[in-house]
Amino acid sequence: MISLKNINKTYRTSTVETLALNNISIEINQGEFISIMGPSGCGKSTLLNIMGLLDEPTKGEIKVCDETIQNFPDKKLAHFRNQKLGFIFQSYHLINDLPVLDNVELPLLYRNLSSKERTRLATEALQRVGLSNRIKHYPSQLSGGQKQRVAIARAIVGNPSIILADEPTGNLDSAMGNEILEILIELNKTSGTTIVMVTHDEHMARKTNRLVRLFDGSQVF
Amino acid sequence: MFKNYLKITFAILRRRKLFTFISLFGISFTLTVLIVGVAFMDHLFAPKYPELQRNHILYVSRTEIRDSGGTGANNSSVGRYFLHEYILKMKTPEKIAFATAPNTINAYSPNGTKLRLFYKHTDANFWELNNFDFVEGKPYTQSNIDNSEKVMVINENTRDDYFGKGLPVVGKSFELDNILYRVIGVVRGSPITRFFSSSDVYIPYNLKPGDALDKDIGGSYIVMLRGKTSEDLEKIKAEFESIIPKVPIPKGDKYFKPYKLYSEADSYIKGFSRQFVGNRYSSGVNLFYFLIFSLAFLFMSLPAINLININMNRIMERASEIGIRKAFGASSQTLTFQFIIENIIVSLIGSVLAIFLAAGAIYYINHCGIIPYADLTINWKVLIWGIIFSIAFGLLSGVYPAWRMSKMQVVDALKGGD
Repeated sequence: MISLKNINKTYRTSTVETLALNNISIEINQGEFISIMGPSGCGKSTLLNIMGLLDEPTKGEIKVCDETIQNFPDKKLAHFRNQKLGFIFQSYHLINDLPVLDNVELPLLYRNLSSKERTRLATEALQRVGLSNRIKHYPSQLSGGQKQRVAIARAIVGNPSIILADEPTGNLDSAMGNEILEILIELNKTSGTTIVMVTHDEHMARKTNRLVRLFDGSQVF
Repeated sequence: MFKNYLKITFAILRRRKLFTFISLFGISFTLTVLIVGVAFMDHLFAPKYPELQRNHILYVSRTEIRDSGGTGANNSSVGRYFLHEYILKMKTPEKIAFATAPNTINAYSPNGTKLRLFYKHTDANFWELNNFDFVEGKPYTQSNIDNSEKVMVINENTRDDYFGKGLPVVGKSFELDNILYRVIGVVRGSPITRFFSSSDVYIPYNLKPGDALDKDIGGSYIVMLRGKTSEDLEKIKAEFESIIPKVPIPKGDKYFKPYKLYSEADSYIKGFSRQFVGNRYSSGVNLFYFLIFSLAFLFMSLPAINLININMNRIMERASEIGIRKAFGASSQTLTFQFIIENIIVSLIGSVLAIFLAAGAIYYINHCGIIPYADLTINWKVLIWGIIFSIAFGLLSGVYPAWRMSKMQVVDALKGGD
């Protein structure tokens, strides 16, 4: 489903060159739920961003859904992300100016769907995460756990093949964190969605199918 | 999609009220000035009372005699000789009228009030080529002129100032320059910006002192050549051009040796532009339009630059939103389009405010007396131009910030636009 070969990522400033990822190669199969763990600054989020086509590697080859994502023009890349990928972020990244329903509808805006169809799908997604009674609320009116559930609904509304979650429980207490993890596990089991999750939490990571550890930008087995 | 753009636009407008006020104030003030400007252009150039037939009329308003050295020229309106011997003998115009440009004169009302009036000498056809509303009486006719009757037509303001407000005055005497005229008609006045027709007092041309003795090509008349349809105007123009070489050039003296006459039968707008930016070879109408649009563009540019600055600040606030939208499938092009649309929506809101402000400004201009009888209006043409200007303003102030926003890297945007 996702194939990374010899991925390097270097950040350059005028004076310093930092190697964020060093020769990473990972194969992730369809329907897998894997965790990426490691200390802060080890390159977990950078790796996830590269998998999610939000960032480009300095070197190496990346294949997602059997397509080699290299030199994809902006429009094609945007379309690919829209169809195949869903994202969940640690800090939720909801649009505070829009109500919950509109936030969840967002990925569908970039598909040729009627307003009615978008509303139906977004409502269904919110039902799956148990938030159908909050569709008219604004993000500022929700708790952290509720916000993250909205973010999950937004990630799954377009029925993507892959969900990339960057520390989805990082801002939540353990009870709420477990609840969110259960939703993701359930999603992985029932829909067969491939999930890649970055986490600090060993306990959470152990509940996933596979664990990838990083240290100073390198993969540790 | 558009509904979503609308929602986010209004949400952002509500979120930062000071920015919103500054933006809308800048936009609406700029557009107000532009809408009033368009209304004034419409007032100047659209066929309006009493010059409702402008689209069927060519105007001859100038003659220019160049000297053989090419160093000097004699410019003036049309003289009686040129008018009577050549222009009035033209075949293609359906009707020809002429009148002097408005001149000023002092008059004293019966109660001794000094009045400064515009007066104009015209022929009888003048009343046919201009659609005046007579509130009392009627215009003078060819018969009045043939009989050298000392008659005059005045406008409402002159009637009110000279005789008293709203009094019936037909048949009463009006003394002007020590001559007693009989008032035979009172017209609804027209603004002085309708230069070819506006005046306070209208007198038959044959009562103009020295008119019969005038043998010059140049003089003080403006001639109106009416075609049956606007298609006839090309034929009239061609005939007019054909008679110019036939007009004998007057002899000069050792200082000025005339050798060529230039005169043009122009549409209203071309005649106007020739006066300001044209010359004997070109009406300069394209340059005139270019200057007008350049002025509007420049006038919009300064507040637009300011708005660009405000918009750029807003980009940073919305960096996270840009990142999210990109992550979930918005292309740079889609985002550029979204932000331009948002800016145009804000400009259109500004233009709605501007229309109300412009309506107030126009009401003030029409009633404050700067231009007597001013009749500026916000009609559909003015509204369309207002919308065009607001969209242009939205594009001008929105394209660059939108382009900058859309080029933001997703990862950077999600981090807050660093």
